[in-house]
Amino acid sequence: MKLANPKSFRNGAAIAIADVSAVAPRAFRDLVANSCSHGGRLCGLVTLPGRPGTLDLVALVAHDGDGRLSALKTGVHAGGGYPALTAAIPAAQALERAIWETDGLFPEGHPWLKPLRRHPALEAGAAVPVPVPVPVPDPARAHVPVPEPVPAPRPSAPATEHPFFRVEGEGTHEVAVGPVHAGIIEPGHFRFQCSGETVHHLEIHLGYQHRGAEALMRTSPPSRRMVVAESIAGDTAIGHGIAYCRAMESLGGLEVPETALWLRAIALELERLANHVGDLGALCNDVGFLPGASWFGRLRGEFLNATMEICGNRFGRGLLVLGGVRFGVPLELRRDLLGRLAVARRDLEDVAALTFESPSVLSRFEHAGIVSRAAAEDLGLVGPAARASGCMRDVRCDHPLGAFVEWGLAPAVETSGDVLARARVRWVEVGRSLEFVLARLAALPDGPLSVEVPVPRPGALAAVLVEGWRGEILHVAATGDDGALCAYRVFDPSLRNWFGLAMALRGNPISDFPLCNKSFNLSYAGHDV
Amino acid sequence: MFDVAVHITLLVLMPLPMLGLINRVKSIAAGRKGPPLLQPLYDVVKLLQKGAVYSRTTTWIFVAGPIVTLASAILAALIVPLASTTSPFGFPADVFVFAYLLGVGRFFTMAAALDTGSAFEGMGASREAAFAALAEPALFLALMIVCVPADSACFGDAFSAIPAAGGLLRHPGLLLAALALGVVLLAETSRIPVDDPNTHLELTMIHEVMVLDHSGPDFAFIQIGYALKFFALGAVLVHLVLPIPATGWMAPVLFVAGQAGVAITVGIIESVMARLRLSRVPQFLIGACVVAAVGVLVLFTGGRP
Repeated sequence: MKLANPKSFRNGAAIAIADVSAVAPRAFRDLVANSCSHGGRLCGLVTLPGRPGTLDLVALVAHDGDGRLSALKTGVHAGGGYPALTAAIPAAQALERAIWETDGLFPEGHPWLKPLRRHPALEAGAAVPVPVPVPVPDPARAHVPVPEPVPAPRPSAPATEHPFFRVEGEGTHEVAVGPVHAGIIEPGHFRFQCSGETVHHLEIHLGYQHRGAEALMRTSPPSRRMVVAESIAGDTAIGHGIAYCRAMESLGGLEVPETALWLRAIALELERLANHVGDLGALCNDVGFLPGASWFGRLRGEFLNATMEICGNRFGRGLLVLGGVRFGVPLELRRDLLGRLAVARRDLEDVAALTFESPSVLSRFEHAGIVSRAAAEDLGLVGPAARASGCMRDVRCDHPLGAFVEWGLAPAVETSGDVLARARVRWVEVGRSLEFVLARLAALPDGPLSVEVPVPRPGALAAVLVEGWRGEILHVAATGDDGALCAYRVFDPSLRNWFGLAMALRGNPISDFPLCNKSFNLSYAGHDV
Repeated sequence: MFDVAVHITLLVLMPLPMLGLINRVKSIAAGRKGPPLLQPLYDVVKLLQKGAVYSRTTTWIFVAGPIVTLASAILAALIVPLASTTSPFGFPADVFVFAYLLGVGRFFTMAAALDTGSAFEGMGASREAAFAALAEPALFLALMIVCVPADSACFGDAFSAIPAAGGLLRHPGLLLAALALGVVLLAETSRIPVDDPNTHLELTMIHEVMVLDHSGPDFAFIQIGYALKFFALGAVLVHLVLPIPATGWMAPVLFVAGQAGVAITVGIIESVMARLRLSRVPQFLIGACVVAAVGVLVLFTGGRP
């Protein structure tokens, strides 16, 4: 077997699909596992149309240490199987389940193979809700790599109910929560296996928010795509918007003007500020700490309003446009914003001091929902949830793009992995983001806001990592030979982190679930795309 | 006759606005204007005009729950002396009847919750039972401190004897009883730090989760019963802390001021601290028992006047 070197490239760059080394499925698994045990991190798994009757499975591995990404591919028969990566890399579990569900590629030996998302057909009693892999004999295949023979038998798709893991025995009981929740939040189903107040296992079943965003990206007219990208997760409109813009700009080989890059970074940090501050308030609310809940809640509005004054929408919709940004910040508004953000910073410091010094709050946050560093690494957690468990990873410093290149940010890391750590990471990031916004807004260069975007190159693949407020967002876009989008995949941080929440709950009292849940504050829509 | 009129008037007018007062204090602390003081009353009137929805899995127990809870709370509030040291409805040994009336109300709320068959309500009932069992010793020990000097298990006799004991400041046992009773009040009426009456998170609730399935008039009964329970326990606390005279115009004024003080104190506690972790609540309640037990020791080792 010839060992191929994975194609290495920088975050945000576009590469020719033909340059990605192709290996046999077993070598694919071994090579990916090898690079993951040598400082790499599997950040995406996508399928591209391959030769007729096959799909190319492409693994994207992030090497945080040297700031590069690498790609490797293997050919798998449409409807066929391949040796699962999950057995060696637990973090691949959701990615492989997604591929199984949407593309019908069967991961052989996947230890937790069940539908990633809810299927209405399943609830209606349908027998075969997900594609059952069918081996396709293809005697004419002469290309390399050769897909491995498909072993039989394989488990058929689940019968008529989602196969929840169950704990049985005297004193154990099951608590089902959702999909309709007591609050104006998104739908999702939580199944707790408890004895008394202690949770032994939590399984999270999502999919109620599946809108087919990835397919919409491929099939929508180009003018609609921005709207779709901004709607992948409504609270991360800027994060997903930047990832989409950069992916399309890379495919077209375009450099965005500096002013636009700065404004994008400012908007991304304002989004982070609004959400982190809102989360701190919500954490206070969940433990019944009134001053924190009210003050953080009000201050969240300051950052939403700042975004609104720049682009007319509190969540930043409509700010981004392919090739740049749609709105600048006039000098007068800049001065006004600087003044108000400085006041907000002072207020934030007061209420944070009050919150993080209240014994009653600390006793609730400490030791609640601990995720160990090993678990966080294994599950491939991202964002504040990973940093709270001691994983040094932040796209803004590991794989910086645009205005973050010269920032030299150090990730905010805590080690205890509990709710307090996740709250503290947020608070530290609030401080750094405010500093960034104030400095960049004051020194905003003049210049063009946007430029015309060239048509995408054919046969290219672009992978863009953006550190959204919730963690690492990955968008992968690929063009076919005609230059049209042939694949578009979205990896929201929630896809990885929901499993982290399930782990955080183990051995915790069920009454602490809302608090742990809020400390992750994951997106249902982002997971379901 | 005049006593009865004053007692009934206070009983009808005060309980619901007291809940409004707590909310107003919390609103002001949070920098908001807050809902009107009479909002709990408006809510109850609105609920009474609505229809009730019953799950098919429930039986008569579910219907009886709110009615028995309300009835027991009304009786408990009748027994407690309000703007006087005696209650026109008091009788010998009414202290025990008072405590167990609260128990009957709790039992039926829990039975109605279990009757729904919901996992949430079962959890709520289990928590309520566990915490009530721990709060009850504190309640009885605190009442013992009041009753033993008077040699009577009747609220009227006990409260009449308090001035003779020199009131709160001269009698450390009484101070400890008031502290323990304050904790019992917070636990029994599901306030912070034991429970959070404002939370929408059913997994963390104690009292609220047990009444999730009640609607319309049934829920109004529960709300009124809850307000009366708060009022009755508050009244006992006021009598321990304030020297309410047996008669005269000062008695109602002091009593109303005392009850407002209880509501404001509860509002301030809810404004400045977070809720306890559920597993810490037993420690809090056992702490109250210990405080009351020390009060009893003081009583028997020389604290007696």
